Amino acid sequence: MSRGESYPDDLRYNRDHDWARLAGDEAVLGITWHAQDALGEVVHYEPPTVGGRVVAGESYGEVESVKAVSDLIAPLSGVVLAVNSEVMNAPETINADPYGAGWLIRIALSDPAEVGSLLDAAAYRSFLAEQ
Amino acid sequence: MELIYEKSKPGRRAAVLPRRTVPAATIPSELRRSAPPRLAEVAEPDLVRHFTELSTRNFGIDTGFYPLGSCTMKHNPRANERAVEVPGFRDLHPHQDADAAQGALELMWRLQEILAEVTGLDAVSLQPAAGSQGELTGLLLMRAYFEDRGEHRSEVIIPDTAHGTNPASVTMAGLELVDVATDERGNVALDDLRAKVSEHTAGLMLTNPSTLGLFDEGIVAITDTIHEAGGLCYYDGANLNAVCGISRPGDMGFDVVHINLHKTFSQPHGGGGPGGGPIAVRGFLEPFLPIPAVTRDGDRFDLDAHRPLSIGKVRGFAGPFGVFIRSYAYIRRYGPRLREMSEAAVLNANYLLKHLREAYDVPYDRICMHEFVVSAQSLKRNHGITALDVAKRLMDYGFHPPTIYFPLVVAEALMIEPTETEAKETLDAFVQAMLAIAEEAREQPDQLHEAPRSQPVGRLDEVKAVREPVLRYLFEGHPRRE
Amino acid sequence: MTDASAEMGSSPVGAVPASFLALTSAEREEMLAAIGVSSVEELFADLPSAVVLERTLELDPPLSEVELSDHIETLASRNVHTGMELSFLGAGMYDHYVPAVVDAVLARGEFLTAYTPYQPEMSQGILQAIFEFQTAICELTGLDVANASGYDGATVAADACFMAKHATGRARVVVGQTVSPQVRQVIRTYARGFELEVIEAPIREGVLDPHEVGRLAVDAAAVIFQQPNFFGCLEPAPALAAAAASAGALPVAHVDLLSLGLLQAPGDYGCALAIGEGQGAGNRLSYGGPHYGFLAARQDLVRRMPGRIVGETVDVAGRRAYVLTLQTREQHIRREKATSNITTNQTLLALAGLVYLSWLGPAGLRELGELCAGLTELAKATLDVEPLFEQPTFKELAVRTARPALDVVRDARALGVNPGYPLGRDYEGMDDALLIALTERRSPEDIERLSAVLTEVGA
Repeated sequence: MSRGESYPDDLRYNRDHDWARLAGDEAVLGITWHAQDALGEVVHYEPPTVGGRVVAGESYGEVESVKAVSDLIAPLSGVVLAVNSEVMNAPETINADPYGAGWLIRIALSDPAEVGSLLDAAAYRSFLAEQ
Repeated sequence: MELIYEKSKPGRRAAVLPRRTVPAATIPSELRRSAPPRLAEVAEPDLVRHFTELSTRNFGIDTGFYPLGSCTMKHNPRANERAVEVPGFRDLHPHQDADAAQGALELMWRLQEILAEVTGLDAVSLQPAAGSQGELTGLLLMRAYFEDRGEHRSEVIIPDTAHGTNPASVTMAGLELVDVATDERGNVALDDLRAKVSEHTAGLMLTNPSTLGLFDEGIVAITDTIHEAGGLCYYDGANLNAVCGISRPGDMGFDVVHINLHKTFSQPHGGGGPGGGPIAVRGFLEPFLPIPAVTRDGDRFDLDAHRPLSIGKVRGFAGPFGVFIRSYAYIRRYGPRLREMSEAAVLNANYLLKHLREAYDVPYDRICMHEFVVSAQSLKRNHGITALDVAKRLMDYGFHPPTIYFPLVVAEALMIEPTETEAKETLDAFVQAMLAIAEEAREQPDQLHEAPRSQPVGRLDEVKAVREPVLRYLFEGHPRRE
Repeated sequence: MTDASAEMGSSPVGAVPASFLALTSAEREEMLAAIGVSSVEELFADLPSAVVLERTLELDPPLSEVELSDHIETLASRNVHTGMELSFLGAGMYDHYVPAVVDAVLARGEFLTAYTPYQPEMSQGILQAIFEFQTAICELTGLDVANASGYDGATVAADACFMAKHATGRARVVVGQTVSPQVRQVIRTYARGFELEVIEAPIREGVLDPHEVGRLAVDAAAVIFQQPNFFGCLEPAPALAAAAASAGALPVAHVDLLSLGLLQAPGDYGCALAIGEGQGAGNRLSYGGPHYGFLAARQDLVRRMPGRIVGETVDVAGRRAYVLTLQTREQHIRREKATSNITTNQTLLALAGLVYLSWLGPAGLRELGELCAGLTELAKATLDVEPLFEQPTFKELAVRTARPALDVVRDARALGVNPGYPLGRDYEGMDDALLIALTERRSPEDIERLSAVLTEVGA
C-alpha cells in the first residue's frame, strides 16, 4: 500500500469508492483514500442542497481536480441534513483527511436496510486489489 | 513580460480618427457611460513591439514540427493568405446582393462540389463554424429527419475512443449517449454494438480512422448494423486526412459527415481558431440542411433560404467565408492528386511508429493510418517518467509535443501525427529526440522532471490557477508577481 | 498541355502538386523499406476492399500558385466590394477601418499557424494575448469574466441561453424582435436541442417595452435584448434589465463593442451576461466570416461558461505565467456533461480585436462612438426620408422609403451607391424600410451623395 493509504474498519464502502459512517438513522458520506489519490489534488466540490434527496447508486455531487471530474455516488439513500462547508472553501481537505475533516455530506437514512449491500473494509480492500 | 495594460500611460494613443464635422450625438444621459473602459493606452511603436514580443513566446507550424495528434498540423501555404486579402473577398459585405457576389458564391458552390466528391456524399452545407458545430448540426438534422418521419429515436452510440466533442454534441442536441467498447485490435467491438442498437437508436458517431490512428476493419458491418436498426451513421471527419482519394465516408456507409477545414484542408488554426466544419449528407437528408443553401442555376449562383424542413441557421450568414477561400485554394493545388497527400501522411506516420516502437509501448500493434498512439507506461513503471514528462522534454529538443493522455483507453498515451508536409530529416530528428528522451528516462530522469528549461517559463502551477482564479488584469488590485 | 505533360511522363491529371510534399521518391522507397512494406498500397491493407475507392477523384487538375492566383482574382472580380461603391450596408456587419497594425500582428506565423495552447510553456504568447482580450471584454462590458471567444455574435446568444437554462432551471427564453434576425434564427435552432421555448417580445416604436418584457419574463431563464438594437435605436436597456431581473430571469445584453465608449456598460445596469459580435472591432467583412463572438458574465456564472478561459498563475520558479484554466467545464474532460461542445473558437480574430481595441484606446473608442452617432444625426438632418422610428440612434438609421426598398437599392446601386439594407427581408410590413449604416469611413459628403441619389431614385 502507498503512503497514507487506509480504509478504516468502522466504515462501509461502495464500488464507486465512496464511504459511509453510520450513526443510528444517519450517515456521514465521503470518498475513499483511493478515490482522492486517483483524482489528484481536489480543487472544487459541488455539493447537493440541504434538504434534497440522495439515492443509493446515483450521483449526489461532484469533486474536481484540475483535469478530471468525479461523480459522487451515494452509497445509501436519504435526505441531506448537512454539507461540509469547510470542504467547499478548502477542497484540498479531501486529500489531506478523506475520512475526517474531508467528509462531504450527512444524511438521514430513508432505507437503513441498504447498508447490507455495502462492503466492509476487508471486502473493499480485496475489491481494490482486483482492479 | 508585462501586460499591455501595465505598459499604458494616460494620454497615449495609437489611433487618430478622421475629423468630421457632425452634430453632437443625442444619447440620453441615463444611457451614457460615466467611467471609461480601461483599454490599453500605448503609442503605435510599443503596440507593435508588444505583440511582436508575444509572438516570440509562441510556437506555430511555421516555427517547427508540431505532431499534435488529431489536429493535423500541416503547412499553411502563404498563397492562401494572399487569396483571402484580395479586396473582392476581404471587403465583400455578406448582405451584398447575390448579383454582386457571384464570385464568392461560385467559390462556395465549387467547394461544396469538391467536398461532396471527397466524402462520397450528395449535398453539402458549409455553414458550421467548426467540427464540433458540424457535429451538432448533423445531430439536429438527424433528429429533424426522424421527427419528420414520425419516429422517436433518441440514442446516439459513440465509442469510448471518441473525442469529447461527440458526447457533448449529443447532449446539446437533446439526445442520449450510449457508449460502445473498443476491441483488442482497436476496432469497435461488434458484439457490444449489436447489443446496444435498438428501435431507440438514432445513430452512431464514429471517427475512422479512429483516434488510435487505426482504420476500423469492421466498418462495413458497423454501418450495416446501424442501418438495419433504422439509425443513421455520422462520420467525425477529424481524421479525414488519412483517406482522401483512398476511401470515402459515403462508401463506408456514412450518411452525415463533417469535414474539419482547419485540419485536412489547411486553414491555419490561429492559436485555437478559426476553423470550419462543413457537413456533407446523403440526398434524402438535404432538405434538413441549414439555410441559406448556395445554389446554382446555369451560370448564376444564389443563396436559397426557402427550405421548409431545414433545421434553421447554426451561425450567422453563410459560414466562415475566409476559411472557405483558404481550403478551396489548398484543394485546387492538389486536385485529383489529393490521394498523394493522404498517402504521404500515412507513410510519415508509419515511419515514425516503426522507429518509436524501440523505446515506447505500442498498445495496438498494427499498420497505422495518418497518426498513431504509443504509451509511456513502461517508462512510468520502470523509471517514474510519464507521458507528460516526455512531452515537456520534447520542447527542449525544439519540437511541439504530441497530444497526450488521449484517447482515454490508453494509459500514458502519446498521440503522434506528423502530417504529409514534413521532410524525412525532420522525422529523423524527432525520432532521435524521442529515443534520447527514453534514454534519459533511464540515465538522468531529473532532466525530464525539470523539463522544459528552454522555454520562457517552466511547468505551471495549474492547481493555483483554479484555486485562486485570476481571469483578467485587475489593475491596482492585481497580484504582484515576478 | 495534356499532350506535352504526357510526353514528359507526368501524371495524366496534371502538374505535380509537390510543393507541399517534401519527400523525394528515393526517400519514399527508403521509408517503405524501413517500415517493411513494398508499396504505399500495403499501408492501406486494413481497408476492406468494399470501401476502397477504385477510381481517381473527379476534381479539376492541380493548379500552380500562379494559376491559382489568377483564378482567385477572376472569382473575386465578380464581386462588388465596399471599395467599389459608396456603401451604407450594415445590419450586423460593418465597414469599420482595420488599421495596418492588425494585419502586421496577424501575419506573425507564430500566432497564425499555432494550434490551441494545450502546452502552456510553448504558448505563453497567445495565452497572454487571450488574457489581455478577456480583460478588454470585461472592461468594456462591466462584467467579471469573459471567455476566449465564441464562433460569432449569433452562437454566443445560443450559449447564453444554455447557461441561463442551467443557472435558473427554467425552460423558456425571451428574445426581443429588435434583436438581429440572424441571432434569433440561431437561438431558435439551438433551442430545439436545449428543449427551450423561445418567446419574442414585440417591437414598440422601434424598441422594446420594459413592462411588456417584464410580463413575458415570468418563468423565463433569460431576457435577451440588443443595445443598440438591430434598427440602430437605443433600447431602454437599464429598464429592460431591471424588468428581467425582477422576474427572476437573467438579463442578457447583446452589445456592439464600439458603442461601449459612449454607452453604459451592461454590467453597470445589472446584466448577468453580455454577448456580441466582434467583427466591427478589428475584423474584415469577408462575406460573413470568420469573425469572433464574445461572452462575458458575472462571477457567479463562471463555472457555467462555455469555451476556453485563460488564467494567470506562476511557474515552478514563481514567474508569472498564463494557462487554460477551469477546464473541467469543457468537453474534453466533462464530455456529455460539458457546458458546451465548443473547442475550436475564433482566437486569431479575437487577437485582431485586442490589437484593434488597444490601437483605439479609451479616448479613441469614445471619439469613434461620438462620430458614428453624430453621423446618424447628420443623416437625419440631411436625408429627405423620414426616420422609421423616433428614437436616439448609434450608428444605424432606419428610414421609410417612398418606393419598395428593394427597388431603391437596385436603382441606387446602379448609380454607385449601396444605400443600405432592405428591412423587408426580415420584417413583415417593412418593405418600404431601409437600414442605413454610418461608420467612421463615411463622411458628411458621402451623406450628401446618398441624399442626392435617394432623391434621384424617388425614395
